[in-house]
Amino acid sequence: MSHSQATDKLMVELRDLNKWYGEFHVLKNINLEVRQGEKIVICGPSGSGKSTMIRCINHLEEHQKGDIIVSDIPLNEDIKNIEAIRKEVGMVFQHFNLFPHLTVLENCVLAPIWVKKMPRKEAEARAMELLERVKIPDQALKYPGQLSGGQQQRVAIARSLCMNPDVMLFDEPTSALDPEMIKEVLDVMIELANEGMTMLCVTHEMGFAKTVADRVIFMDGGQIVEENEPHEFFNNPQHERTQLFLSQILQH
Amino acid sequence: MKYELQPAMPPPSNLIGVVGWLRKNLFNGPFNSVATIVVGFFLISFMVPVIQWIFIDSDWVGDSRDACNSGGACWVFIISRLDQFLYGFYPEAELWRLQLAFILLIGSIVWLVMPQTPKKGLVAVWLLVIYPVVAFFLLYGNSFGLIQVETHLWGGLSLTLVLAVVGIVASLPLGIVLALGRQSEMPIVRSVCVIFIEIWRGVPLITVLFMASVMLPLFFPEGMSFDKLLRALIGITLFQSAYMAEVIRGGLQAIPKGQYEAADALGLGYWQKMILIIMPQALKLMIPGIVNTFIALFKDTSLVLIIGLFDLLAIGQAANQDPKWIGYSTESYLFVALMFWVFCFSMSRYSQQLERKLHTGHGNRA
Amino acid sequence: MSSDISNSSHKPDGGPVQPKSPPTDKTKFWNDPKKRSLLFQVLLLSALGFVFYTIIDNTLTNLEQRGITTGFDFLTSEAGFGIAMSLIDYTEASSYGMTFLVGLLNTILIAVMGIFAATILGFILGVARLSDNWLISKFATFYIEIFRNIPLLLQIFFWYFAVLRTLPHPRQSIEFLGSFINNRGFIFPAPVAEDGFGLVVFGFIAAVLGSWIISRWSAKRQERTGQQFPVFLASIGLIVGVPLILFLLSGMPMGLEHPELKGFNFRGGITVIPELIALWLALSIYTAAFIAETVRAGILAVSHGQTEAASALGISKGKTLRLIVIPQAMRVVIPPLTSQYLNLTKNSSLATAIGYPDLVNVFAGTTLNQTGQAIEVIAMTMAVYLTLSLLTSFFMNWYNARIQLTER
Repeated sequence: MSHSQATDKLMVELRDLNKWYGEFHVLKNINLEVRQGEKIVICGPSGSGKSTMIRCINHLEEHQKGDIIVSDIPLNEDIKNIEAIRKEVGMVFQHFNLFPHLTVLENCVLAPIWVKKMPRKEAEARAMELLERVKIPDQALKYPGQLSGGQQQRVAIARSLCMNPDVMLFDEPTSALDPEMIKEVLDVMIELANEGMTMLCVTHEMGFAKTVADRVIFMDGGQIVEENEPHEFFNNPQHERTQLFLSQILQH
Repeated sequence: MKYELQPAMPPPSNLIGVVGWLRKNLFNGPFNSVATIVVGFFLISFMVPVIQWIFIDSDWVGDSRDACNSGGACWVFIISRLDQFLYGFYPEAELWRLQLAFILLIGSIVWLVMPQTPKKGLVAVWLLVIYPVVAFFLLYGNSFGLIQVETHLWGGLSLTLVLAVVGIVASLPLGIVLALGRQSEMPIVRSVCVIFIEIWRGVPLITVLFMASVMLPLFFPEGMSFDKLLRALIGITLFQSAYMAEVIRGGLQAIPKGQYEAADALGLGYWQKMILIIMPQALKLMIPGIVNTFIALFKDTSLVLIIGLFDLLAIGQAANQDPKWIGYSTESYLFVALMFWVFCFSMSRYSQQLERKLHTGHGNRA
Repeated sequence: MSSDISNSSHKPDGGPVQPKSPPTDKTKFWNDPKKRSLLFQVLLLSALGFVFYTIIDNTLTNLEQRGITTGFDFLTSEAGFGIAMSLIDYTEASSYGMTFLVGLLNTILIAVMGIFAATILGFILGVARLSDNWLISKFATFYIEIFRNIPLLLQIFFWYFAVLRTLPHPRQSIEFLGSFINNRGFIFPAPVAEDGFGLVVFGFIAAVLGSWIISRWSAKRQERTGQQFPVFLASIGLIVGVPLILFLLSGMPMGLEHPELKGFNFRGGITVIPELIALWLALSIYTAAFIAETVRAGILAVSHGQTEAASALGISKGKTLRLIVIPQAMRVVIPPLTSQYLNLTKNSSLATAIGYPDLVNVFAGTTLNQTGQAIEVIAMTMAVYLTLSLLTSFFMNWYNARIQLTER
C-alpha cells in the first residue's frame, strides 16, 4: 500500500485549463493540484485528453485558456519561464524518443551539459550513477538501436532524471513495450515513487496505480470525471463512465 | 512402413548450367527468343564497328593529324591536348598547385566514402569549411609567395570541378537556412523562403547564368566589377541553394516528431535542438539527395560555356574549331563524355548504395 | 529506502530545494515569442527592402549612365533581324514583341515534340529494364546509365556538330522517298490539300465523336447487362477507317509539293532545320533515360501480391495489367513524370547553344543584345518558365490531393 509522502507545497497547479485543436475542444476546464511528493495516475479511454493534459504542463502543447503553474513558475508566453519549467519537469514518452545518433551515455549527459551548463565529468558521473539505478550501466556506450524496448525506456527515465527534475511526467510509458518488458520499467517507476518523486503518470497499468498512486484521475471527453484515492477508485467508482471503463479494462 | 528421407536429386539438365541460363534468360518462349535474336543482331552489327573504330583501328601515337591515317578514331588529337582538357590554360610552371588541390579533394572524398575510416565528421568539416579556402589560395595565389593566376586562365576539368564543388559547398549553408525558414512558424519568413526557392527552381539554369553575367553588374554601384567566374559562381550558388533547400527539407521531415518533443522536454533551445539533435540525424538521411543534386550540378556546369567560361566541354568545343584538327569532333565529344560519365556514374552508384543502406536500416536506428 | 535517485545531493547548490527563478509577472518583450517573431520579421522585411532599394537604385543609375532606356516600350519597335524558323508570320520588320512570341512558340514546339518522344522511349525502356529477357534488360540498363550521366549540352553538341553538320551539302543530299537529308536539315514533301479534303477532315472529326459515343454506350451497357464491347479496336477502326475511305472515295484530294534543288538550296517542301532535330534527339534521348527510371519505380511499386491476387481471382493477364497494375503504377509515376516534363521544357533552353531560335535564343539572346534592356528581357523570359513550373506544381498538388482522397 502506498503511504503518502506528500508535503504541502504545490508543485503543479492547473486552473480552468482549456485547449482546442482548431474547432475541437480537447480540454475542458481542467482543475488539478499536485503537491510535492504526490503520485497521480491518470487513466481514461483514448482521445480523452489525458496525454494532452500532461503535455500542456511542459508546454509541448499550447493551452489557450486557464493557468498552469509549475513550482511557482507561471507558464505564460515568456520563453524564460518555459525554459525554467522544462528544467524542473522531466518527461518519459510512450515511444522513448531516445536520440538514435547518440550513445546511451551521450543521451543522458546532453541536456545537463547544454541546458544546465554542467561540466562534462560531473554530468557523466551523475549519468552513470543513474544508469546503475535503472540497472543498465553496462549499456552506457551502446546506441539506443542496440537495446530492447524495456532497456530503452529505462534509459529514457535515466535521461530525464539526469536533469534532477522536481516533477516527472510519464506519457503511457509501458504501452509500446512487449509484455515481458513492462515489469522492468514499472519496477524502476515504483522505486522512483518510493523515493518521493512527484509523478504524473498516464497509464493503464492498474496494478501500478494501486501500489503507488495517491490519487487516481479518470478523464473522458476532455474533462476530469472522477478523482479518488486508489482503493476507493477501484472498489467504489462513483461515476457510471468510470464503472464502465474499469469493467472494460479489468475484465481480463 | 518406414519413412525414409529421400536424397535430393539434381534438377533436370535444362534448368542448370549454360543451357539452363540461356533458356531462362534469353529464350523462354517464342516472343523472347525472337526479341533476343533481333536485339542481339542489331547490337552486334552496331557495337562491332564502334569498338573497332574506338580501339582497333584507332591511332594513339603521334603529334599531328598526319599520325591519324588508320581510318579509326584519332586519339592523338586528345592526347596532344590532354593538358588543356585537364587544366585549361593554367601556366605550366604552376600546375603542381592544381594537382595538389585535386589530390587533396579526391583524398578527402575517398576518406569520407570509405566505410571504415575514423573521424569522418572532422574530415567533412575540413572538406566543407577549410578546404575551399586552402584551394582558393592554391589556385588563385597572389599570397603566401604564390604568383597570381587570373581566373580566365582556369579551365578544363579543373574549372568544372571548381564550379561544382564551390556550388555545392556554398549552397549547403544557404540551403539549410532556407529549409529551416520554410518550416518556420513566422509567416513572413516562410513566404520569403518559399518565394526564393520556387523562383530559382522554376527557371532554367541558363537564364540564371544570363542574369548573373548581364544583370549582376547592373546591381552594384559603378566601378565595382566582378570577375566572370565569380558571377557564374554566384548564379550557380543561388540556383543550387533552392534545390539543396528542398533536399534538406525532405531530410528534416523524415525525422520523427518525437525527437523534437524529447529535445523540447529536456529544455533544449531551438538552435541547440536543431544542431545537436535534428541536423545530425537529418544530414545522414540527406546524403543521397545531396549527392544526386551534386550530380545534376556537375552536369549543369557545362552550361557556363554559354557565358564564355572554358569548362571541360568548352575546351573540347574550342579544340574542335582548331583548323589543324578539323573533323575530329566525335573523338573530343566522346572523351569529354567519358570524363563526365566516370564522375557522375560513380557518384550515382555511391548514392544508390547509401540509399539501400538507409532502407535496410544498417544505421543505428532500431 | 535505498540511496536516492531524485534527491538533490548533486545539484550545484547542494541544498535540498533548488532556488527557483523568481516568478516573473512582467515579461520582457524579447522573451515573448510572439513579439520576438514579429520583431524578427519586421527586421527581415526591412533588410530585404533595403537590399532591393539599393539594387534598384544602383541599376537605375547604371542604366542612365549607359544611356539605356527602361520600360516595355521596346516591345513595339522594329526588331530588324531574321529568325531561322518561325511558326507564325515573321519578318525583319516585325516588332520585338513578335520575336518574343516566335521564341515562345518555338520553345513550346520543341517541348511538345520532346515530351512526346521521350515519353514513348522512356516507357519502352522502363518496361524493357524489367524484362525477364537478360539481353533486353541489360541493354535498357546500359542505355539509361550511359545517357543520364552525360551532360545534356554535350549530347546536343554531339548530335548537332558531330552528326548533323557533317552530313553532305545540299547538292549531295541523301535522297530518301522524295525527302532530302543534308547539313541544312531534312526536307520533306509538303502535303497540299485540294478540293474535297474538307470532307476527309469532317470524317475524322465525326469518327472521333463516334468513338466517344461508343465508349459511353459500351460502359453504360456493361454496367447494365455485364456485356463487354471491344471499344479500343472499334475506335481505332473508326478513326483510321472513316477518313481513309472518304479520302479514297473523293479521289484522293491531296497533292504533294516536292522540294527542288535551286542553286545552293532547296525550295518548296517542308524543311526541318538541323538545330531542331539535334535538340529534339538529345532532349528525347536524355529525358527518356530519366522517364524510364520513374516508370520502372512505378511498376516495382505495385506489389507482386497485387498481380497474384488478380490471378487468383481469375483475371486475365492483359486485364490485370490494365485494371490493376497500370492504375496503381500511374499514381506513383505521374508526379515524377510531370517534373521530368518540366525539366525537359526548362532544358530546351539549351537550344541557344546551337542556335535553335527558342525563347532564350531570340529573346534573351538577340533581343537583349540589340536593346540592352537586360532587366525587362530576363524578367519576361524567367516569368515564362516560372509560370510554366507554377502551373505544373499546381497540377501536381491537385493530382496528389485527388489520389489521396481516393485512397481513404
